[in-house]
Amino acid sequence: MVYLLHPLTLVTFLPLLGALVILFLRAEQKNLARWIAMLTSLITFVISIAILVQFNPQNPGLQLAVNLPWIQVAEWNIHFHLAVDGLSILLVLLTTFLTPIAILSTWTAVEERVKDFMVFFLLLEVGMTGVFLAQDLFLFYVFWEFTLVPMYFLIGIWGGPQRMYAAVKFFLYTMAGSILMLLAILWLGIQQQSFSVPELIAKGGIPADLQIWLFLAFAAAFAIKVPMWPLHSWLPDAHVEAPTAGSVILAGVLLKMGTYGFLRFNLPLFPSAALQLAPYMAGLAVVGILYGAAVSYAQKDVKKLVAYSSVSHLGFVMLGLFALNPLGIQGGILQMVNHGLSTGALFLLVGMIYERRHTRDMNAFGGLWKVMPVYGALTLIVAMSSMGLPGLNGFVGEFTILLGAWGAGSTGGPLGSYWFAGLSALGVILAAVYILFMFQKMFLGPVDKEENRNLKDLNWREIATLLPIIVLIFWIGLYPKPFFNLMAPAVDQLVAILQAASVAGLP
Amino acid sequence: MLPIEAYLVLSAVLFTLGALGVLVRQNPIIIFMSIELMLNSANLAFVAFARLHGQIDGQIFVFFVMAVAAAEVAVGLALIVTIFQARHSINLDRLNSLKG
Amino acid sequence: MLFEEISSSAPQFFSLAPLIVFFPIIGLLINTFFGGKILQSGPAGEKIVGWIASAAAGLAFVVSVLLAISLINYHDGMKVPLVEWIHIDALKLNWAFQVDTLSVTMMLVVSGVGTLIHIYAIGYMHEDVRHHGDPSRFRRFFVFMNLFIAAMMILVSSDNYLMLFVGWEGVGLCSFLLIGFWYDKGEGGIANAMAAKKAFVTNRIGDFGFLLAAFIMFTSFRSLDFDIVFGRVVEVNAIYPGAIFAITAFMLLGVAGKSAQIPLYVWLPDAMAGPTPVSALIHAATMVTAGVYLVARSSALYVAAPEAQALVALTGAATALFAATIAIAQFDIKKVLAYSTISQLGFMVAAVGMGAFAAGIFHLVTHAFFKALLFLSAGSVIQGLERGHHHLEHDPKLKKLVKQEHHFDPQDMRNMGGLRTKMKTTYIVYMVGTLALAGLFPFAGFWSKDEILAEAAHLNPTAYGLLTAAAFMTAFYMGRQIWMVFFGKPRSPAAEHAQESPPVMTIPLIILAILSALGGFMNLPFKGFHQFSHWLEQTSENFHAGEFVLSVALLSTALALLAIAVSWWLYMRRAAKLEALPAAKRPDDPLRQILGPLFTWMNNKWYIDELYWAAILNRYVDLARFLADYVDWRFWHDWVHDRLLVKGYNLLSRLLSVHIDLGGIDAFANGLASTTQRLAASLRRLQTGFVRNYALSIFLGVVIIIGYLVLR
Repeated sequence: MVYLLHPLTLVTFLPLLGALVILFLRAEQKNLARWIAMLTSLITFVISIAILVQFNPQNPGLQLAVNLPWIQVAEWNIHFHLAVDGLSILLVLLTTFLTPIAILSTWTAVEERVKDFMVFFLLLEVGMTGVFLAQDLFLFYVFWEFTLVPMYFLIGIWGGPQRMYAAVKFFLYTMAGSILMLLAILWLGIQQQSFSVPELIAKGGIPADLQIWLFLAFAAAFAIKVPMWPLHSWLPDAHVEAPTAGSVILAGVLLKMGTYGFLRFNLPLFPSAALQLAPYMAGLAVVGILYGAAVSYAQKDVKKLVAYSSVSHLGFVMLGLFALNPLGIQGGILQMVNHGLSTGALFLLVGMIYERRHTRDMNAFGGLWKVMPVYGALTLIVAMSSMGLPGLNGFVGEFTILLGAWGAGSTGGPLGSYWFAGLSALGVILAAVYILFMFQKMFLGPVDKEENRNLKDLNWREIATLLPIIVLIFWIGLYPKPFFNLMAPAVDQLVAILQAASVAGLP
Repeated sequence: MLPIEAYLVLSAVLFTLGALGVLVRQNPIIIFMSIELMLNSANLAFVAFARLHGQIDGQIFVFFVMAVAAAEVAVGLALIVTIFQARHSINLDRLNSLKG
Repeated sequence: MLFEEISSSAPQFFSLAPLIVFFPIIGLLINTFFGGKILQSGPAGEKIVGWIASAAAGLAFVVSVLLAISLINYHDGMKVPLVEWIHIDALKLNWAFQVDTLSVTMMLVVSGVGTLIHIYAIGYMHEDVRHHGDPSRFRRFFVFMNLFIAAMMILVSSDNYLMLFVGWEGVGLCSFLLIGFWYDKGEGGIANAMAAKKAFVTNRIGDFGFLLAAFIMFTSFRSLDFDIVFGRVVEVNAIYPGAIFAITAFMLLGVAGKSAQIPLYVWLPDAMAGPTPVSALIHAATMVTAGVYLVARSSALYVAAPEAQALVALTGAATALFAATIAIAQFDIKKVLAYSTISQLGFMVAAVGMGAFAAGIFHLVTHAFFKALLFLSAGSVIQGLERGHHHLEHDPKLKKLVKQEHHFDPQDMRNMGGLRTKMKTTYIVYMVGTLALAGLFPFAGFWSKDEILAEAAHLNPTAYGLLTAAAFMTAFYMGRQIWMVFFGKPRSPAAEHAQESPPVMTIPLIILAILSALGGFMNLPFKGFHQFSHWLEQTSENFHAGEFVLSVALLSTALALLAIAVSWWLYMRRAAKLEALPAAKRPDDPLRQILGPLFTWMNNKWYIDELYWAAILNRYVDLARFLADYVDWRFWHDWVHDRLLVKGYNLLSRLLSVHIDLGGIDAFANGLASTTQRLAASLRRLQTGFVRNYALSIFLGVVIIIGYLVLR
């Protein structure tokens, strides 16, 4: 029983409780459903803060573990093992932070089947938190697949006109990658007689050629989720069709599950494969950065623009992770958070204008700054954060990533060429091009469309959804030290594993 | 003290009455009463045997049976009320929608 | 840095350094959150908002002065750490303020000129709101201006390259916001917004160079702190030959972006779309000189890479001449000044490039005075004309003079003329600025420009030649401007009715005029003087005093006088003769008559913008469209996914379902099903639906079972 009150169990399953309570409501009790969902997610956030307080940043290992035997059949040794460490704590916080914000954003946007929406949303939170906390491969897989179901319904029921297409595509794409991962997980679990991630890492000893296959099997699932170029085709559909809150969570958290997967499993479990494949992964990341930026620029639908910019931003994250040095990885983790904040906020902003004008075509706007000054100013801040203006959060992540990738590019480094960092730095220019293009199209110029003349500026609820994000945007940009402090020892430990592998791999 | 057979005979008579009631009556409430009768005849037999063997088990079973009977009546009466609301009749012979 | 030294009794205020950033930030926060209320409170609201912002800038200036006073006693200056920023691995960056003579010089210029321009802007923006409505822009303007001061202060006071970069991009953002300040104006309502975007993106190209320089610097020096980097130059040069050249060359790209040098200068002329105080502060006096500051700050690196120095010097000198040729043929009063700024920045960049760091910074300071002065006076001229125009439009008697068919452009010099009697103060200060810019004795520009030329004469003869030619043209186009704007007859009704600006605008002009006239005396190039150079020498020994070369000074003065004479002949004598011609035959510029098509090329900026569009920008747009529409959507999304995968799978599943499933498996399954169905049909007759029937059968069953058990 004591495990039920453990903070990690609580933070994972409290939303489930909320979802159960909402199930007992009648369909007409919309506001009550909203409030219960909001309250549950807020309490979850408070619990995650409590976890942060208990968390010891100096300790590189797993902390606050819950470890119970779960399925013990034959040689299968599956545990219910939740724990948090420097690699995951920020992502858990990001999840619990963004969920209430996303729920708040649905207050007037979702009017149909509110109860069901909230249930699915809370279930989604259970899955996401579980993914970041699970330290058992099998348990991880369960949570991983579990997130698909609520998201499928969120897109499929509350989405745009093409919602079924997008939902099915989302589901199938992610599922297809996961199957390979499942095979790899089963192989590992049976062959190494353990599903426990820390045990497997400690054990090591997987031959290098096998590591490559396992690496690729895991990468298939994660790369689709990230999504890495060229597996991104599901992303614009899913984003464009998803309701605002769904997009926020999709961009803010679900994509991070992919990059987190690389970080948590691929790097430490298969270090020599990671070293060998790093240039290829980084190469795809660089292509993604430039390609995503160029394609964003040519979009007419602002939501699609933001969606493609995610491909570019997550390219940066992947580049950082596969720089395989502390700068790159820490920058990568921070950039995951940054992207969650700024792209999440961009989707919120797009949703706000969509609610007013029921279009996302940039040509339908123009001069909005004059009509909606607060909206304009907040968008400007978020857009600047997204394009990496120094002093805001995006820059800190991008700069450390690029610096790490440049360092990894020296002869003998994991990437072996300066081109990776050099070309990605071009992404900084291209980001300015598409972000400023968007800003100019929507906010500058004269107010030449009659429909735009009387738009209402943001109300207090909308400002309240954005304000926490904007505070964090400044905080991380100006004083990122506490964030880096949380992850530094864990990342150092990870880099040590990689270095040991590279020493062992030397001829 | 009466011999054990006397109890058993009484129990058998009550059971038979109950069974006949279930089979021949059309009003489900009467049928319920008949079922109660059957259950209580079983209870009687339980108590009689418990007494005979000097053990407490039989008497405990009686309590279980009574509890189950109470639950069953509750569910059954609820069903009857709902059926009555739906069809304005509780005549069992008119309730044949399960006919294959 | 050295706390033990600070034990003596002289006062020192180094710890106040962070306030130079915090004051403007406080100012902008006040105006952001309360400015709207203040503006609504009454007619004095505008003044309050303006003065809050000016006070924020002014307080920063006071702090800068205090820092300068402290430096008199503590030459080495001090690092004032505020808080840790990014600490990962070997990367250790702080928010820390470097107070030394170089940074304090920049602070004084930024906050000093900045404060004057803030005050001027109170008057200017009042007019702007009066002419265009929309009072909320008053607050927006001053918020952005304060933000700019804060970012610029971060730029000049940082102790490492990354914090400098924060300011570097921060001022870029402010530049974007302020160029696009009238974001619904300009050609097609969108030209200003486009100009703002162009500035930001061009700057970003430069920032790309800066970033690469930072990467190389960190991998070779393992640090981005000024002190550490400059201390390791010799060591690193031995281990990684070529690294310093790469760093400085990439840094040059950043400099070219920010300081508008070839090939990235194209944004600055367009930046004139912003309000005039912005042009004066950001696009003339301070922000654009950041590149010069960067090179001067990195003097230790540049000195170690002579090839890079030559590259920088030639870039600067070429820009100086090239921009001057364009300036000659512009008609927009602000465009002339804009190209002049590019040209003068070329002088500075050339100076710091060839190692005359002190001369470059000296010119930076004097240029800040006289170019801010010129821009602000130009703003005064423009508003004077607008007032005249306004007056015409609202005076029933004069209304017929306003040509309705075409839009009146108050910035076109062809609409001016004869303003010296209408706007006396403006005329006088404009003359001071012109003489300073033309480099005539004893105005500030003479001393600083001559120091650059004198250094160039012996350091880099090619640059010297280019710069001298540029100096000649400078005097020429300034002369042209003076004759066209202030002399001759008014060429438009608006010019005839132009009115002088209010004192809140003219007083800053007068102060700047005094500085432009006398600013040169802070660094007289004679033995025993050189105060400014010696002041800078305290920061780095690379700042050395320049020699005075009489022949150079005489030559440049003679050329300047000649240029002014030529311009007088062209624009006073010849123009007067041309007046006689009928309007259709009359050329709009006497020079056009002489130069012919060349003038058209110069007027169209040598078609560089068009070249960039055709060669790079349109290609990128095409590429992006191609990737987005064809590669990503039609090929990858529609063809590979929708057709190949989905259709293919559908085909496969139909094949399986029709032929294999229906033909084989289904037939078997159907047979099984129909058998079951027949069986079920006979059994269903047992289901009567009567409860008692079921009960009876249960009973019978029980009886049978019990019977069996008993009778067995």
